[in-house]
Parts: sequence; C-alpha cells; structure tokens
Amino acid sequence: MRIYGRLGDRLFSAFLLALGLAVLFIAGLLAWELWLGGRQAFATFGFFPFARGTAWDAVKGNFGAWPFIVGTVITSAAALALSFLPSLAAAIVIAEYTPRWLGEIVAYLVDLLAALPSVVYGLWGIFVLVPLVRDHLEMPLFLWAGEHAPGLLGALGAPIGTGMLAAVLVLSLMIIPYSSALARDAIRLVPREQREAMYALGATRWEVVRRVVLPYARGGIFAGMVLALARAIGETMAVTMLIGNSAKLPYSVFGPAATMSSVIANEFTEADGGLHLSSLVAVGFLLLLLSLLVNLAAEFMLRRMAVGEGRK
Amino acid sequence: MELRMETRDLSIYYGTNAGVKGVSLPIYDHRITALIGPSGCGKTTYLRALNRMHDLNPIVRIEGDVLLDGESIYAPKVDPVVIRRRVGMVFQRPTPFPTMSIFDNVVAGLRLIGVKDRRRLAQAAERALDQAALWEEVKDRLRQPAAGLSGGQQQRISIARALAVEPEVLLMDEPTSALDPISTQAIEDLLVRLKEQVTVVIVTHNMQQAARVSDYTAFFLNGEMIEFGPTEKIFTNPADERTEAYITGRFG
Repeated sequence: MRIYGRLGDRLFSAFLLALGLAVLFIAGLLAWELWLGGRQAFATFGFFPFARGTAWDAVKGNFGAWPFIVGTVITSAAALALSFLPSLAAAIVIAEYTPRWLGEIVAYLVDLLAALPSVVYGLWGIFVLVPLVRDHLEMPLFLWAGEHAPGLLGALGAPIGTGMLAAVLVLSLMIIPYSSALARDAIRLVPREQREAMYALGATRWEVVRRVVLPYARGGIFAGMVLALARAIGETMAVTMLIGNSAKLPYSVFGPAATMSSVIANEFTEADGGLHLSSLVAVGFLLLLLSLLVNLAAEFMLRRMAVGEGRK
Repeated sequence: MELRMETRDLSIYYGTNAGVKGVSLPIYDHRITALIGPSGCGKTTYLRALNRMHDLNPIVRIEGDVLLDGESIYAPKVDPVVIRRRVGMVFQRPTPFPTMSIFDNVVAGLRLIGVKDRRRLAQAAERALDQAALWEEVKDRLRQPAAGLSGGQQQRISIARALAVEPEVLLMDEPTSALDPISTQAIEDLLVRLKEQVTVVIVTHNMQQAARVSDYTAFFLNGEMIEFGPTEKIFTNPADERTEAYITGRFG
C-alpha cells in the first residue's frame, strides 16, 4: 500500500540520519586528529608518563602534562564550588521569590553574563579584579600570615594579583549563568501540585523550597552544575589572561599556574620543535578525555537522580 | 449541632471574574459536608478558600469572611501557615513527594512543626497509615520510595500525610476522581470512619459518592450556592428545581 508522502518521509529521515551521523563523524575525526598530532609526544614519553610528568621544559625538550591537568582540575572545581551557592540562590530568587516581571529582568541579567566574550572577562579581570584582589585580599592575608603564621606563606604565594585565585574568581563568575539557568528551569518545572501539597501541610515558602522544590529539581540543578563545570574546564581566554601561566605544578593559592587550555593558547604560536607542538596537541587530547570523563560520570549520576512520575 | 467552620457572604474573584459569589455556608463539626455541582461551578474554588490556598495566587481576591471556631481566618494578624496546619487538604491527584520514602511522606507535616523524636514519628506514621487503611499494605516497606506505589495507594498516602498532623478540618478536592472503583471504595470507607476525628469537606463530581458518604450537601451552580441541607433531603426532596435537575442528571 502506498501512503501519501511516504517517499518524502523516507527522504527526510535519511536526511536527519545523515546529519546525526555527521556529528558523530566530526567528533570522532576531532579525537583522531588530536591523537595523530599528539602521537609524537605520547611515543617519546609514553602515554601515562606524559600525563603524569611534571616537567615542562621547551629548552630541554622534556614535556609532561600533569601541572596543567592539576591546574585545570583545581581551578574548575574551585570555580564550581564558589559559584554553586550564588547561582542556586539566583535561580531560587528568580523562580520563587520575585514577581514574574522582576524575575524575568533578573534572569535576563544573569543570562547576559554568558553572552559577554571571555576576553572581556579577562580584561576586566586584569584591570579591575586583579588590583582589587591584590590590594584588599592577598596583601592583607599575606601580611597577616607573615606576622602570625609564617608557615602559611609558602602555601599562599606572592601577593601579585594574577594567579590561580584571580582566575578562579573570574571563572566562577563566568559559569554562574550556566548552572543558574538550568537550575531555574528545573525549579520552574516542579509541578504546582507538589508545592501546594507541602503548603497544605502548613509549610512556609522556604520550607516548600527546601523540602519539595529543591529535591524535585535536583536532576536539573545537577545538570546545570555539570554544564558549568564543562564550561570551566574548557574556558581558555580569560584564564590565560589571569592565571599567570607558570608551567610548574601549582603550589600556592595566589601563585601563578596554568590550565590545559591556557597552556595551549599561550604556547601554540611559539612552539618551535615538532615535539613541543606535539606535546601541546597531546595536552588537547587529554583535555578531550577529561571532558568526556566528566560528561560520562555526570550522565551516570543524572540517571540515578532523575525524579519523575512512575519511577520505581 | 456544633459549627466548626462557616463562610459569610464569601466571594472569590480571579481578576475581575467572580468564581464564587456570596456563599454563606455552615460546616458542622464531625460531619462530612459534600460540595456538588457541574464543572466550573466554583466548588473547588470555594474549598480552597477554606485553608487560604488562594493566597498562593496573587490574582485571586477574596471578599466576605471565613470563620474557624468563630474567628476569621482572613483577619490581618492570622498566619496562613497556622491555618493550613489546622485545616488540611487532599488534592484531586495523588501528590506523594517523589524524593521521599513512604515514611518520610507521611511524617512530612510533623517534621515541619519540628517533631524529631523517632518514636513519636513512628507512632504517628503508623496511626495515620492505619487510619488511611494503608498500614497493612506498606508496613514492610516504609523506607521505600512513595513513587513506587499504585495510584490508589498514593492517594491514601496523601490522606495519611494530611491526617498525621491531626488537623481539625480536612478538605478533600475530588479525592477519588483519578482512582479505580476499589480504591474509591477504600477511601469512602475511610471517610466515614474519619468523622470520629475530623470534620470533612469534600468536593465531588460523583453524586452517588456524595449521597453515600456525606451528612450535608451543598449544591453549587455558576459560582452560587443554590441549596444546602441534610444530604438525604437534597437527594430526595430538593427545594430548588435546579438542584433537582442536577441530581436527576438533566444537566452537568
């Protein structure tokens, strides 16, 4: 039996399938190219020795990615931790506590944070945040530690402004809109019946938020955190401008460090030898692996956290 | 016959539309009062005014008064949170909290008022579940998620949860409309036994249900309360011809 338009349906689904496969193909090609580019580094040092190597010396031709992996993990985890409460608070205020029109305005402003180019964040960081952090946070802390707890000085590092702390602060600001937007949507999707059921038991607004809304929305809130973390891991420009770019293993809070993406951005144009270049591409490959790992772990956790009707 | 609640000339507006128009109604202590009427007649709107659920919707405006034990629940100094603890509510659709266990669902209201003692919570949970005719079915799996129960069980969880805080009045908004006949039967049986402890106001689409369980019936039409009286009289000898038309199935 011929159904009207059946050929069109088949063409359309073939078209969609081709597009879907193209995405997979491109992602695979990307990974493959990174692998090819980094092969020389992996072959010279070995995969795990390269990943765990702490030396990064272009003159001696000795490369290891560990300082950047550690830098990336510390800065993005710290940024996520710093941004979590403010972004959740913003989401709750927008979705629960403000009238609709005001909530829309605040939401728009929060979302705007995501639209700013990261080089603008970097510049703002250099001209505003770095002096501020240096003069009002690092310097007093440094002086205090000098008098009362000299043992801490090594862990704090020199109060020069640029460094991990500045990068983490700007990064945490940059990722707020991502976690906040998803949390906001998740909170808005909590059924009215759920809220009313808790109100009907004699709950205050805050009790409804804490005992019903947040538990129900936890999947979306978590997804927002994952997105924010992924964004923090990959963020390049602002971090490169602020982190101080030291290829040594990060050893202090104020001190300079580097992340996987910042070292690539910083050294790519001046990489001379083939091995240096290959090592940078290898770092890129490891970055891809790290992102993949984070997303897989998140997917696994999300499945366990999902709240929905009919779930047993 | 003692009055537990009373509405005086109660009107409820959604913006400029009146959902309920000047309803005065007594609600007698330890009796079941049924509100019947066709869809959109204002009976649910009326019910939700009895524990200030309309406060959650800023466009709703209320005129007239609702008295609980002779005192206005809309007086300026009255806290709606306190009113809702005294006047509980069960909704049309079962609303277990999906992230909580059966036990945590039932004692959710007690936790709100700061009860932490495990033995007291356990006793209250057993009593409420027993009242809701659910204890035997769930006593071995109190720690499992409430979302795994059947629809009828979920609705009885919602009822147990409302009973656990020992409200004086229980409002029920079509509590069986989403349930199968067996679960409906269980809840109707439960209602009749509940009269010992609480005063019940129940909105129902099902006239047989109103006739079976209630002591008093109020018939609503287009936001107005047409007739109120003992259930037997309303169903056998209504005074208003519109009431008669409705109960004999001529409209609605």
